Formats: sequence, structure tokens, C-alpha cells
Amino acid sequence: MMSGLPVPSSRTKDGAIYLDNAATSWPKPPGVAAAIVQFLEQSAANPGRSGHRMSVEAARMVYQAREEIASLFGAPDPLRVIFGQNITDAINLVLHGFLHPGDHVVTSSMEHNAVMRPLRVLESKGVSVTCVPCSPDGRLDPQQIEDAIQPKTRLIVLTHASNVCGTMLPIRLAGEIAHRHQIYLLVDAAQTAGVFPIHMEQDSIDFLAFTGHKSLYGPTGTGGLVLGTRVDHELLAPIRQGGTGSRSEHETQPGFLPDRYESGTPNSVGLAGLLAAIRWISSMGVEAIRSHEVNLCNRLLVGLAEIPGITIYGTQSASQQTATIGFNIRGVSPSTAALQLDEEFGILCRVGLHCAPAAHHTIGTFPEGCIRFGLGVFNTMDDIDQALFAIRQIAREVQ
Amino acid sequence: MNASHAVILVDSTSHALRIEKLFQASGLACKLIPVPRHLSSDCGVCVRCNSTDLPLIHQVLDDARAPYHSIEIL
Repeated sequence: MMSGLPVPSSRTKDGAIYLDNAATSWPKPPGVAAAIVQFLEQSAANPGRSGHRMSVEAARMVYQAREEIASLFGAPDPLRVIFGQNITDAINLVLHGFLHPGDHVVTSSMEHNAVMRPLRVLESKGVSVTCVPCSPDGRLDPQQIEDAIQPKTRLIVLTHASNVCGTMLPIRLAGEIAHRHQIYLLVDAAQTAGVFPIHMEQDSIDFLAFTGHKSLYGPTGTGGLVLGTRVDHELLAPIRQGGTGSRSEHETQPGFLPDRYESGTPNSVGLAGLLAAIRWISSMGVEAIRSHEVNLCNRLLVGLAEIPGITIYGTQSASQQTATIGFNIRGVSPSTAALQLDEEFGILCRVGLHCAPAAHHTIGTFPEGCIRFGLGVFNTMDDIDQALFAIRQIAREVQ
Repeated sequence: MNASHAVILVDSTSHALRIEKLFQASGLACKLIPVPRHLSSDCGVCVRCNSTDLPLIHQVLDDARAPYHSIEIL
């Protein structure tokens, strides 16, 4: 898919194969590291704080990143793109800034702790939570979402895709339900932004939380929240206050976007890298990236299914999931397998509970967890074949 | 009066940058400058334009519904 362009290698310096893209994507596209270095060396003044040319240049880059994020996600107004530390930061902003004691929230049993932990804190403060159970392969019946709505329901919170087994959740249908009931939808797009088409208007998404360092292929420490057009930001309280470079004569937080939620100097160095990454995604096309990952995922799923003693979780259908595959080897604990994969076969992956105990309860792997291969756009068919060879060897040893 | 510049005061640098992009797309000359102290005590930037472009400035800002605080003549 990437003929004509320099393709970064998915092998580390010592030859290991990186299959941990669901945690953080690596390598990064061509131009990302260069954009970071160029920004640091030429324009890394404080954006939006001073009026001199270098500060304006830095702010211009940050604004450009807002525009390209808005364009990628079908959001009409770049001023409604709010940058933060990562997606956890963005989810916390919505949950803590939008919900009040007495409110009710509907979520799924496949959520990451980025959603569940803030919700559990809010539960202790009088917010009630309904966790709609998903099937053992992680699927969510949208009718159950609708059935869970109560008079006090204010928000539906859903991950777009499971970070454990890749199963996609029906966010567009959830958006239609939310709007029909005049409530709001928050989507956790940690696993999908950049690799699945997302259109906030067409998908009826009110709050889109994204992170830069996974399938957007940017650096860590970048991410944010995009507010849909239905959201009155007066209803979303900032969860931190501080300097914004605007209205400096006042000791009260400004009310306008995006400054209301962006106190403190932003990670402009990281955003320079994220901007380059998004431009790379746009040049490649989200559909082309997805197509490559489906092919990789399909080869891995088919290969794993042929190995005796392997249990694969999730849909087991490459077209219905992200390129994140959760599985176990009968008779081998995930942690033992991870060590063997790393030390003997040079395969880098993540095992355990993946910060998602609810999801592991749902698919039946709590508390042991599972092995997770998170494929990325720079992985090759040879990477998949090497990984399958390793799993075959490990499985054979214990049978 | 020999006014040569119009200054668009905005709440946020992000708003100034949005206006800069709109003006560039419309062929309007502009420059982001520090807010003149006599106009505001803010520490941010504003958008300086030629005052002769005021009719088009108003049209572009209104068409895009771009947020701004006020337009001052220097």
C-alpha cells in the first residue's frame, strides 16, 4: 500500500517485531520526527502567550493542527477542538465537567478504565451508572442501550472499539438513540481514530475523545476532545483553571473556546509531530490504512485458528474488528507467553488485563487476562508469519 | 482623519489565527500584532488590516461567523 514512499520498519534496532500498536503505535510515519525537531529548532516559542513572530508561528502550527483534526473527524469548527494531555484527560473533562449528582450514565461492559475509573468516582458522588453487558465476543446490542435509558440519563459513553479484542461497538446507532432521547454521546476513539472513518455530524457524536499516540501515529502526550455542534459549552465545566494567554486582566477563567479548557502551556512540540502524522494519514487515506490492517488481521486470525490449543477472543472476523487480536494458548499463562515471545522470538506485545477489567470479565478472561497482538500500518505479512511461527512453537511445547 | 489601519480585537489567539486564515483566503492583507495597550490590557494578539478594506472585513467575518471582540480604527 505504501509503494513510492519510504516505509519505516516495524523491526526494532535489534530485530524484534513490534506488535504493541494498540498501546502506542510504532514506528511513526515519515516526517513526524523531523517535524518535531524542526519545530523545536525553529519555532518552539510559547504559542498564544506573546505577540512576537515566533510565538505567533508556534500558535499558527497549533491552530493548523486544530483544523486538520476537525477535518479528519468531520467537525465543522476547529475552535471546538480542545487539546489536552491524552484521551484519558479528554474523557475526564467530559465526565467530571458535564455530569452532576443525580445524573444517570449508560455505558458498556467493554470499557477501558479511562472511562470506568472516573465513572466509579462519580458514582460515589451521586451519579448513577448502568453498564450494559456485551456478548462474550464483545458485541453490544444497541437495543439494550436504548432500554437502559432512564428519565435522568444525560450521557451515553462508549468505546468505538475494544482495546482488548478489537470488537467494534455500534456508535452510529448509539448516536441516533442519544439524539432521539435528547441526551448526549461521548465516544472513546482511542483505538479507531485515524484507522476508521469518523464523522461527528454523520455519526451523531457529541463528544469525541481522541489520543495522538495510537492510530493517529503521533507522539505521546497529545490528544484531546472535539465538541459536537449540539454541545453548549456552558454546560461543560472546565476541570482545571489557569493561564491561557487571553483575558489576562481577569482572575476568572475565560468562557470562550478553546481557551476555557486549555489552561497552561500546551505540548506544542508533540502537536507538531501530531500534525505531521495527520497529514500523512490524510495523504495515505484512512480507507487504505484500514484495508492494509484488515489484510494483516485476517492473516493472523486465520493462522491462529489453525494452531491447536489457541482460543481467540472477539469477533474473529477482520472486517468487524480493529487489527487488535486477543487470544490465549492453552496451558500457558499470558505473562509466561509474553516473556517467551520477547526473549526467544523477538515479538513485542502486551499481555494481562490491558487496563480493561470490565472487558476481560465480559470475554471470560478475568483475572488472568490474555495475549494481545496490536497490529499497525507498518507491520508486514512477514511480521505476521513470524508471530504465527512463534505461537505455533510455544503451543507445541505444552501440548 | 488619516486612519490607515483597522485592528480586530479578539478573545483568543486561536480566534486571531482563524481570522488570519479567512482573510488570506479572501485576499485581505493582514498581520497579527500584539494588542496595543491603549485598546486593551490583554497580553495577546490582534489582527491588523488596512482600514480601506473594512467593508470586505465585515463581510468575511459575518459570513464565517468568526468570533471577534471589536474592530478599532488606529
